[in-house]
Amino acid sequence: MLSFQQIIFKLKQYWADRGAIIQEPYDVEVGAGTMCPETFLRVLGPKPYRVAYVQPSRRPADGRYGENPNRLYKHSQLQVILKPSPDDVIEQYLGSLEAIGIDLTKHDIKFEEDNWEAPTLGAWGIGWQVMLDGLEITQFTYFQQCGGIDLDVVPAELTYGLERLAAFLQVKDSVYEIEWAPGFTYGDVRFADELQFSVYNFEMADVPTLWKLFDLHEGEAARLLAAYPKKTEDAVQKARFPLLPAYDQVLKCSNLFNTLDARGAISVTERVGVIQRVRKLAVGVAQAWADQQETAP
Amino acid sequence: MSLPFLLEIGTEEIPDWMIEPALESLKAQLDGLGIAACMDATPRRLVARADGLVERLPDTAERVTGPRKGAPEKAVEGFARKQGVTPADLAIEGEYYTYLRKTPGRRMIDVLAESLPGIILKIAFPKTMYWTGKNGPRFIRPIRWLVALLGNDVIPFEIAGVKSGNVTYGHRRLGARAAVTTSTYEQILRDNFVIVSAADRRARIIDGISNLRVKDDPALLETLVYLAEYPTPILGEFDPQFLELPEEVLITVMRHHQRYFSVLDEAGHLAPWFVAVMNTSADPEGLVKRGNERVLRARFNDARFFWQTDQKKRLADRVEDLAHVTFQAKLGSYLEKTNRVVELVKELGGDRHAQRAALLAKCDLTTEMVKEFTELQGVVGGLYAKLQNEPIEVWQAIYDHYKPESMEDSIPRSRAGQLVSIADKLDTLRGCFRVGLIPTGSRDPFALRRAAQGVVKIMVEADLSLPIACDGELADFFADRVKFYFREVRGFRYDEVNAAMAASWSDLPELHTRLLRLKKIRPTPDFEPLAASFKRIKNILRQAGFEGGPFNPALLESGPESELSDEINRTKEQPIETVMQALRPKVDLFFDKVLVNAPDPAVRANRLAMLHNLLEQFRSFADFSEIITNS
Repeated sequence: MLSFQQIIFKLKQYWADRGAIIQEPYDVEVGAGTMCPETFLRVLGPKPYRVAYVQPSRRPADGRYGENPNRLYKHSQLQVILKPSPDDVIEQYLGSLEAIGIDLTKHDIKFEEDNWEAPTLGAWGIGWQVMLDGLEITQFTYFQQCGGIDLDVVPAELTYGLERLAAFLQVKDSVYEIEWAPGFTYGDVRFADELQFSVYNFEMADVPTLWKLFDLHEGEAARLLAAYPKKTEDAVQKARFPLLPAYDQVLKCSNLFNTLDARGAISVTERVGVIQRVRKLAVGVAQAWADQQETAP
Repeated sequence: MSLPFLLEIGTEEIPDWMIEPALESLKAQLDGLGIAACMDATPRRLVARADGLVERLPDTAERVTGPRKGAPEKAVEGFARKQGVTPADLAIEGEYYTYLRKTPGRRMIDVLAESLPGIILKIAFPKTMYWTGKNGPRFIRPIRWLVALLGNDVIPFEIAGVKSGNVTYGHRRLGARAAVTTSTYEQILRDNFVIVSAADRRARIIDGISNLRVKDDPALLETLVYLAEYPTPILGEFDPQFLELPEEVLITVMRHHQRYFSVLDEAGHLAPWFVAVMNTSADPEGLVKRGNERVLRARFNDARFFWQTDQKKRLADRVEDLAHVTFQAKLGSYLEKTNRVVELVKELGGDRHAQRAALLAKCDLTTEMVKEFTELQGVVGGLYAKLQNEPIEVWQAIYDHYKPESMEDSIPRSRAGQLVSIADKLDTLRGCFRVGLIPTGSRDPFALRRAAQGVVKIMVEADLSLPIACDGELADFFADRVKFYFREVRGFRYDEVNAAMAASWSDLPELHTRLLRLKKIRPTPDFEPLAASFKRIKNILRQAGFEGGPFNPALLESGPESELSDEINRTKEQPIETVMQALRPKVDLFFDKVLVNAPDPAVRANRLAMLHNLLEQFRSFADFSEIITNS
């Protein structure tokens, strides 16, 4: 039986063998692997890229104090970006499942329509949820647009739900019973996170403080975006402009929004407006980034 | 020589519900080429096959006229050169040199090679994608291979870098790639675990569950037929203790989330079994069965957890929480909507049960169960209300208040449920129209057409004479929905609906009654002639610009005119059914013998007044001039 970490090793090795750069998780809180710069920004522009990384993904509203066997505040996604998407991308994907010991001649695999959309990122794609014996194990998306920009090259994004895959392979009814490494369960490693962040997100997060932080990060991102030298012909000045730090500020806003939302602190009338604020920043960064890529030496 | 034709467009998995419309679109385009194709499809291929194609289209000939007979030699030579011949090849017809230009018919394979790429990329899909790059071709999913054969030859063309050939692909794991001919195609795919015919796949599923009492679900069956290339049903079990949960919840989890059929026991109750349909040939080790059982167990555990969690807070205590649930960005929260709906139910004459139901109707939107299984909104609220000892009138009204969800669905079973459903839908319609969220063409994101049709259906079928009370665009919108309902759902003819609605449509049950009467008298011998006469009267009045005036019996001429007047008096206040027979000959005779446009203006005005009165008499029943007559 493969442990949780062995599943990750094998998948990373599989994609490394197919030319993917193996990245480490991004070090700013995100709600999904898609939001990391390695996906959100790299899919823009014509340059080919292949990358795979595990991304802990925080969804404050999904926390259940560690009491629900299938629901987590923070779950782990293995994110794979293949840009451009190879013609045999589905075969390659199925091969990755075989690489972690799933004999697909003995299982039922189906691709069910599931188009992905992230309004706060101005991004959407066409794709499927991949069902293995009735269990959704992967979201498979052909990106079409990101940051409101039609993509030059269509990347395939594979997002594996690692806890689900591990529970499937190890035949566990609760994610907390997954063997992470010999002698250690998922619960041993992660239970405290689930409990404490649930308490914080639902009960103790200080709403005025979070709003203040939101405004600060938003202000910093907006300040940087406003300073991006849009018209200048000076390619060097453009190339050194800190868009990646600006994007970090956007990610901070996104996570603060999710936390405030879980806390029940965002009223109906505010909600749409706050989403718009984050979207505006994300789209702004994406557009500046596309420009920077085009003009940078 | 007559040739068989095969086209297989190999793709990645196409959404099940888009496949049949895509086949129709492809078939129609092939029809345009004169190819009557039989269509088949699996999730990964769209297939067209035909027999009896000609190898070559017929030759054509055209006679080209050249210079006159007496024209200079140079001109004749020039004409011949242009046709690629010498003057000796020309004919003389009448006064002119002519040439019979023959064009050999094109080879069918060339015609197809030229047209198929365009045809394939023109297949209509609701949503398309690009995959080779920004300006690349668009299709529903990436095209990965193309089989195109005419007889034994490959029809050569290319789409998105994919060249046509004679090689197809079998099942993703049980099959392989294989060369085919038009005659071996289906069998070779079958050997590679792909059943090309939807009918055969359907039969395979039905056959596999024939020994079970499976809850009938044609829509799910169709989905599964187009979700698998080699569908095989398997029976799974779940812990009978989950049967404590309401059937509605269990069936929703199985059907909507897992695409399983529910199974009934001998007494017709839900049994602790389910049928999953695999996209593979068999499950000899029971791995797929166990996998699906585990997924279902987790889902049911979630549902039970939600059920128990939700009981910690009564529906009645959740009303205030609706302030945090958006109804629509421009229309505020569900709390505001709830308050409006309660008021509206009151206005519509709802009793205290109906008002209570309206107050609680949306509370289930704050429950864990509905957050997870949104399609159970209403139903869950009803079940919780029942559990929390709300009276039967109240919980049933909550349970039913989204009904009818389609024109095939039933209306809410109780008066309270009907009123809450009407008020909820009317509120949505009024709100959306007020802020400009009005459906256009095929775009109707808030399903306002369904909402309005639901209101109409309830009012008619529950015999509720309530004013719809709206004006402007919303009134026009409702008028269209009323027409749609009576025509498409109830099968009245469109001119009958127009005629009856022209009289009035503010009271829908009353409109329904008139329509039934109209339908009944329509085939009687006097009806259409009378309707034709009424149309004539309407035209006469319109041309005369006559809008009513005094009627003076003293001005009547004896004979047909006064006889008609007497008949009009006799039939006043009587139902149309009893007067038609006597009225028709009098009207006919009048038009036969009497000139409406009499020279004396007073007489003329009087005749117009009489005809006007005749129309007025039936105006509240129908405007007969809307009836299309054969005469």
